[in-house]
Amino acid sequence: MSAPTLPLDSAAVTTEENSAPAIVFEDVALAFGENEVLRGVSFRLNRGETKALFGVAGSGKSLILKLAIGLLRPDSGRIIVLGEDVTQMREEDLFALRAKVGMVFQESALFDSLSVRENVAYRLMEEHGIYDDEIDRRVREVLRFVELEHTLDLNPAELSGGMRRRVAIARALITKPELLLYDSPTGGLDPVTSNTIIELIVKQRDVYKTSALMVTHRLQDAFTMATHQFDKQSNRMVPLPAGQRCEVPMSFLILRDGKVIFDGDLRELADSTDEYIREYIS
Amino acid sequence: MTVRSTRIPNRMEITSPTYLAKEQVQTVQDYVLFSAHAVANIFRKPRYFADMLLQADTIGVGSLPIVVLTGFFTGAVLALQASNTLERFGSVTLVGQLVSTSMVRELGPVLTSLMVAGRNSSGMASELGSMVVTEQIDAMRALGTDPMKKLVTPRVTATVFMLFFLTIISDLVGLTGGLFIAKVLLRLDARQYWSNAWETLVFQDIFMGLAKPVLFGFIIATIGCFYGMNARGGTQGVGRATTQAVVAASVMILAFDLLVTRFLMAVLSLN
Repeated sequence: MSAPTLPLDSAAVTTEENSAPAIVFEDVALAFGENEVLRGVSFRLNRGETKALFGVAGSGKSLILKLAIGLLRPDSGRIIVLGEDVTQMREEDLFALRAKVGMVFQESALFDSLSVRENVAYRLMEEHGIYDDEIDRRVREVLRFVELEHTLDLNPAELSGGMRRRVAIARALITKPELLLYDSPTGGLDPVTSNTIIELIVKQRDVYKTSALMVTHRLQDAFTMATHQFDKQSNRMVPLPAGQRCEVPMSFLILRDGKVIFDGDLRELADSTDEYIREYIS
Repeated sequence: MTVRSTRIPNRMEITSPTYLAKEQVQTVQDYVLFSAHAVANIFRKPRYFADMLLQADTIGVGSLPIVVLTGFFTGAVLALQASNTLERFGSVTLVGQLVSTSMVRELGPVLTSLMVAGRNSSGMASELGSMVVTEQIDAMRALGTDPMKKLVTPRVTATVFMLFFLTIISDLVGLTGGLFIAKVLLRLDARQYWSNAWETLVFQDIFMGLAKPVLFGFIIATIGCFYGMNARGGTQGVGRATTQAVVAASVMILAFDLLVTRFLMAVLSLN
């Protein structure tokens, strides 16, 4: 299935100034009462790279996304996002950083009192000073990208789960963020809709070079992303030639008992001799 | 605002009184900080006037029917009860005085606030609580909006503003209810009733009657929003937050009514 074109102006611009890693976690720990969820998590997400985050339920995958965007604060350790230390920032200062980050929540988290248009346009409307015509144009553009232009005036309650997820992606993309955080974007969806969403994510990675951290339970989604690239000419996701597997900026990170037990690309994952990892990917 | 995670004790676990006391003190401290934050945001940008107007419509216009009905029946029953006592002293004509003083100083503000608390504290707690448990509050923060500024401060300012006017309406409707009883059952002259009711009121009565809804409006909105923003545990948690908000707001209104009445009586030299 071909992904529609997103006529956004250009790919995320990488300059000398913003060439720092998109995300750096340094020995991050987080506990709720006596329950230590994260125990010294360290990893790095490079610019333009997409990293798939795996782990059993309750291993703290979603917490890593919330920590990265400053919705939660770690008990110890440092988190640097787009060159700024979010662990040292006040909530007021985080709002400016969050303008450069898009997040897709597990259950979409669309505002149920607002229409699809208002949900997608939320950031633009909050910025003020942008004319309604311009907002409409950009909302239509991004909704066309996720193939949901016809839902403009509907309410979230009138959409299916897959449509809500795509509207959430549109909401995250509308300001062309430098970093995207996906929390189980294909969870609970049928294979066709999942594939459409994966194709959108691959397109965002390959065409717009956006860095992304993606929590998922579905290994096949991450494998698809690691073995496919987006072909601009045919405007669809195509398999990489046999010799070029692992040539896309895609990596894997696996959590276990609050610690990172694997951080590497598809080839390293396939070559891993760790019993737990072998069992996990089998 | 950073919402603190609260530990929910296991149902079979015996919680120590010290722990419970600490938790209550912590809740009061959090509430005070939350309220201070809501007030401070009035003076900080961005300000959400459109949201405030929307809330003023929901809280003010939406509460009008119950406030009118409550005011009317309270004034009427007050006149009925007063007439029974006043008749013994042959002073039934003073019913207008009694109704106006009671309504303006006490029953108008308190009953209006209790009705608005029942309707709006619960509404705020359930709406915000649902937004918390469905991650809409997190999404709002992730989209660069401060939920305290966008959701809480407009509700607080709108409630304070609208409760002031709802109380005035309740007082007037209460006096009309008293007039209905005075005219229909007690066969009193309407002009005499109004004249008694109006002339007995002094500045201190009106000041006391209109100072209270400002405080009570603040209590209603901050309590509703506080419990909503701290809701945990899915739909059950939202239900719990809603109930707690109504109970806490009602009790606080009655407790603060006593304190404020005593304070204003001393300040305004009322007996």
